[in-house]
Amino acid sequence: MASITLTVNKKKYTIEADPQMPLLWAIRDIVGLKGTKFGCGMAQCGACTVHLDGEAVRSCVTLVGRAEGQEIVTIEGISDDNSHPLQKAWIEFQVPQCGYCQSGQIMSAAVLLRENPHPTDRDIDEAMMGNLCRCGTYTRIRKAIHRAAEIMNA
Amino acid sequence: MINVKKWVGILALLVVFIFTGSAFTRPFLSGKAAVMPVYGTSPAEGSLAGGSPGNANGPSYRESDMMHGESGIPGRKPALLHRETGKVPDSVLSKRHFLEVYKVLMSPRCMNCHPSGDAPLQGEDSHIHTMGVQRGLDGRGLYALKCTNCHQPQNTPGLHMPPGNPKWKLPPSYMKMVFQGKTPRQLAAQLLDKTQNGGKNKAQLIDHVTHDMLVASGWNPGEGRALPPLTHKEFARQFKLWLDKGGYLPD
Repeated sequence: MASITLTVNKKKYTIEADPQMPLLWAIRDIVGLKGTKFGCGMAQCGACTVHLDGEAVRSCVTLVGRAEGQEIVTIEGISDDNSHPLQKAWIEFQVPQCGYCQSGQIMSAAVLLRENPHPTDRDIDEAMMGNLCRCGTYTRIRKAIHRAAEIMNA
Repeated sequence: MINVKKWVGILALLVVFIFTGSAFTRPFLSGKAAVMPVYGTSPAEGSLAGGSPGNANGPSYRESDMMHGESGIPGRKPALLHRETGKVPDSVLSKRHFLEVYKVLMSPRCMNCHPSGDAPLQGEDSHIHTMGVQRGLDGRGLYALKCTNCHQPQNTPGLHMPPGNPKWKLPPSYMKMVFQGKTPRQLAAQLLDKTQNGGKNKAQLIDHVTHDMLVASGWNPGEGRALPPLTHKEFARQFKLWLDKGGYLPD
């Protein structure tokens, strides 16, 4: 166990944890933010995606020690009032079905739009293929990302 | 009869001269070494830049690449050494050493990150990486699928979990350093070509395969993955011997 200071959604948390603990469990079980989900536990599905210094890391395999001193953003921190263009588009198109994977989908899509504000279908497919959805909401996800790009570029 | 014997003798001398004359006369005419071996296939450093393929048997060593060294044996002529490596070139051994190196380079642990396309490979069968991962301009992936989003600075424990390394990435798109699909000759030429090997000379190539942590990670692949066919130490030794013996391109 060690004392580790995490910055999550611009707020500092000092936690007692094994540096080898996956970041996901520190976020969910210690910090108490439950929006980030456990899916496969081996970086295969994307449900646990959070931003670490702006990159969409898989928190189930990212050690909490790696995250110390870096900016962590979870789905709860992507906006203060659900006003992020992706959140607006997700609501507009009613993208989720069961919803379990959706926080990871949005976190990955946010990196795509930051680096490519005008993505094509192909760009979206390439960026989002690592985020699985068992409900098959992929077509709505693609539409919503295009819509979010429109909102951002308006 | 006397004339016949005389002409036979003259003819015999002519035959001997024709077949051996150039070797006898060269040192006297040129002032160079009595025996200048023809070394089969060896690119001088960077000589392949620009893609010159050499002839069918490969380019020969230039005389300017060679220097005389001490034979260490009284009465024996000085040995001819390669000016850069200070070693005696040997095309047969050099090629043989590269074929050992080639086995490692074409193993999944090396080739999977040196694909012919723009997606990394995975597994013992070198299938295309799942999730549609792309090389990206800098070899570090694209958007939400950058290498280090899943590949940590160390191996993630567990069977078939993501392997890791602090330098985990593919070669960049402007210098793809493709191994997949290359013949031994093509791969050897590519490794020696500074325009395709990251600007490395022979000493830097040897240092790279011996000490680079990303190269060494091939021998620490994580649970469920086979090791390359040679140990890392033996691979580095064979690589050095390939270059020390002249860096010849296999036929």
